[in-house]
Amino acid sequence: MSAVVPGAADGRRSRGGLAWRSRLARHGTLIALVALLLVNVLFTPNFLHLQTLFVNISQVATIAIVAVGMTLVIATGGIDLSVGAVMALAGALAPPIFGSDFAVAHPALGLVAAIGLPLLVAMACGAFNGVMISVLRVQPIIATLILFISGRGIAQVLTNGNLQTFSNPAFSYLGTGRVFGLPFQGWLALGIAAAAFWVVTRTIHGRHLLAVGGNERAAELSGVPVRRVKIGVYMVCAFLSGIAGLVVVAINSASDAARNGQLMELDAIAAAVVGGALLQGGRAPVFGALLGAVIIQLVKYTLLANGIEDEVALIAKAAIIVAAVALQQGRRE
Amino acid sequence: MGTGDAPLLSMRGIGKSFAGSVALDGASLAIGAGEVQGLIGQNGAGKSTLIKILTGVYVRDSGSVEFEARPLSVASPREAQAAGISTIYQELTLVPLRSVTENVTLGYEPRTRLGTIDWRAAHARTREILTGFGIEVDVRAPLGESSTAIQQLVAIARAVSLEARLVIMDEPTSSLDEREVSLLFSVVRRLKASGTSVLYVSHFLDELFAICDRVTVMRDGATVADHAIRECSKSSLIAEMLGRDVGEIESAGMTELGGATVETGDLVFEATGVATSRRLGHLDLAVRGGEIVGLGGLLGSGRTEAARAVFGADPLSSGTLVFAGRDRPPRTPAEAIAAGIGFLTEDRKAEGIVPHMSVRENLTLALLPALTKAGRIRRADERELVERFIASLGIKTSGMDQPIRELSGGNQQKVLLARWLAIHPKLLILDEPTRGVDVGAKFEIQAIIREHVERGVGVLLISSEFEELVEGADHIVVMQDGVSVGRMSNPGITEERLVAAIAHSGAVDAVEPVRGTA
Repeated sequence: MSAVVPGAADGRRSRGGLAWRSRLARHGTLIALVALLLVNVLFTPNFLHLQTLFVNISQVATIAIVAVGMTLVIATGGIDLSVGAVMALAGALAPPIFGSDFAVAHPALGLVAAIGLPLLVAMACGAFNGVMISVLRVQPIIATLILFISGRGIAQVLTNGNLQTFSNPAFSYLGTGRVFGLPFQGWLALGIAAAAFWVVTRTIHGRHLLAVGGNERAAELSGVPVRRVKIGVYMVCAFLSGIAGLVVVAINSASDAARNGQLMELDAIAAAVVGGALLQGGRAPVFGALLGAVIIQLVKYTLLANGIEDEVALIAKAAIIVAAVALQQGRRE
Repeated sequence: MGTGDAPLLSMRGIGKSFAGSVALDGASLAIGAGEVQGLIGQNGAGKSTLIKILTGVYVRDSGSVEFEARPLSVASPREAQAAGISTIYQELTLVPLRSVTENVTLGYEPRTRLGTIDWRAAHARTREILTGFGIEVDVRAPLGESSTAIQQLVAIARAVSLEARLVIMDEPTSSLDEREVSLLFSVVRRLKASGTSVLYVSHFLDELFAICDRVTVMRDGATVADHAIRECSKSSLIAEMLGRDVGEIESAGMTELGGATVETGDLVFEATGVATSRRLGHLDLAVRGGEIVGLGGLLGSGRTEAARAVFGADPLSSGTLVFAGRDRPPRTPAEAIAAGIGFLTEDRKAEGIVPHMSVRENLTLALLPALTKAGRIRRADERELVERFIASLGIKTSGMDQPIRELSGGNQQKVLLARWLAIHPKLLILDEPTRGVDVGAKFEIQAIIREHVERGVGVLLISSEFEELVEGADHIVVMQDGVSVGRMSNPGITEERLVAAIAHSGAVDAVEPVRGTA
């Protein structure tokens, strides 16, 4: 018997440990958010000012918008590295359009074209990714690497690598407007997340998306149009990246193809993972991605506002991702 | 322990609960040295929990374990292995891209004096073990190039090279064909001859009679019997697993599929000379409403390929497929479903369940287009429908929102069956519908199938269990090497005739030509 007792005690201890870990895993994101807020309230000067809120909302919005798209892609078991490049491309296309003679003559039509055409181009990029992945069966990480590299290149060629500044109040509303006192793009991000949540939980498209990510062969044999779902999800992700690209351009009243959306793929993937997305697919926690984006943004802001260099901020971001993945491992048990 | 010596392994009075629910209570297991011990029980009887306690995955709450006459206390599979207990898992845990030798010796590679790996010795040792099993393979080739059977035997070779005293085999034949099964059996006999004991877990009772010395029966977390296998019959084992009376089992037949065919309905579909690029050479087949047509044949004879062709999952390279009321055959599974065809796949895990999704979402996956309005799922209707199926099929679940992966195999299979019944099929293709489910669930699934056949559904049944075909099918189309070679009709099919027809192309006397459709 004496051989049994210590083993049994071990069993109890590890069970207790598991319960603690799973509780942490379930609420880890929220706990992290509260901790970040507390640290800021205590240490960051002027954190509780309205201005700080506005700055953070306007910056987190683009991450959140792209992260929602990324979450949907990850839910199918894929990944999209081209989101930053698509942002740059969409952003680079807008100023020449509303600066054209046609748009000057017809401001309203010009504005519609300046927003609509870049988004169409973005969706074409997404269709390219989707076809590569679902029809030609290229691995997502390789397929989207093509536009990751070439997309920004195309954007820079289009603009001759120059910074294009402009002044167009109507367009700039995307990045500087206020609704009920809060930045327009914050509402936009919320609206997009709410729409995505509704699609995922209430429609056949969402169910199909999760089925493809959860078990592609079973989905196909149950009549799910796997190809269409995959092409569609990359198009949606690219469309949302395009919106984010336009927002960035609108914030700056300038298009810089070299910097617009740079490293956005990493922020978006990090936000999705922190928010609870599983890289093997099958889950689409849309509001988790929103929360993840807020955490990523807050970490950046915390370090910046406390005078810590950008390079260090990158390391902190990596640490968050590691923590999120560790929590995910806990959740699986 | 027939031998009368002290047993190699003796587990007594084992108890284990998980979060309040009792998994084992009064389980015991004894294995003599050099004996092959069978272990059977329904899903949920506690077999895997008992094995996991033995191999150090779980810690027991009570009871004692003695191995080689000493108390055994292992806290991990690795410690169990060091103590001489090796497990060959259902899902193989080998490295397909590395060579056979590397897989056998991984972690225990022979060293040269310089401390580098002595490949010459490693290859020689691996070759020696495998030759001892009667297998000739290139030990330098990547393991992944070998068949599943060879991979399984390599896993056993690894256990032997680690000088295991007890090898645990959990459903080792579930993905093997008959030739591979006999190869596996010969290896088990060699292990036995060399004094190694084997614990053999299987749903296939026939295998126990072929290979085991003794058999332990578990039910509801306890060990209910331990017999020498020669004292048992198939029906006595089933009776013990279910906790029923032997007479009751024998009078009811071995399956629930049998039943008088009332009246066959109209032709549901007819395949003529159908071929695909997937090992299907020539298929002639017709199914009518209200009848079960069986596909008989060995593993790899083209049965699943035939099912995929009918379901539109593989494009036809020649031949014609005519469905009643349609001008052209379905070209995708989605079209097939729209035409009223359901396909319960053989591999529940890889092609059936979506593990992250709930029972409800899995159940309505195929029906979904009919449950939506302008893309929106009618959730009230969905819940009502799922509620109905859970009740009528007796699916054991804590609720329709429970993830399907948490259900037992038999209940997962019922959910998948419900997925297809929900589309109101005209034709149901069932590929091994009762594989890997326990005996109780098996009878229930068979009864559900029979009930729907009586309502006029046509069924195309693939089964490796001859009883199901012999008792259930109105006709059996026999397949060999991707070709439908003939057709038999009930009444009059016996297991002997079926086996003869499947095994020999010469045994045509048992078979009528396929095109003589009734």
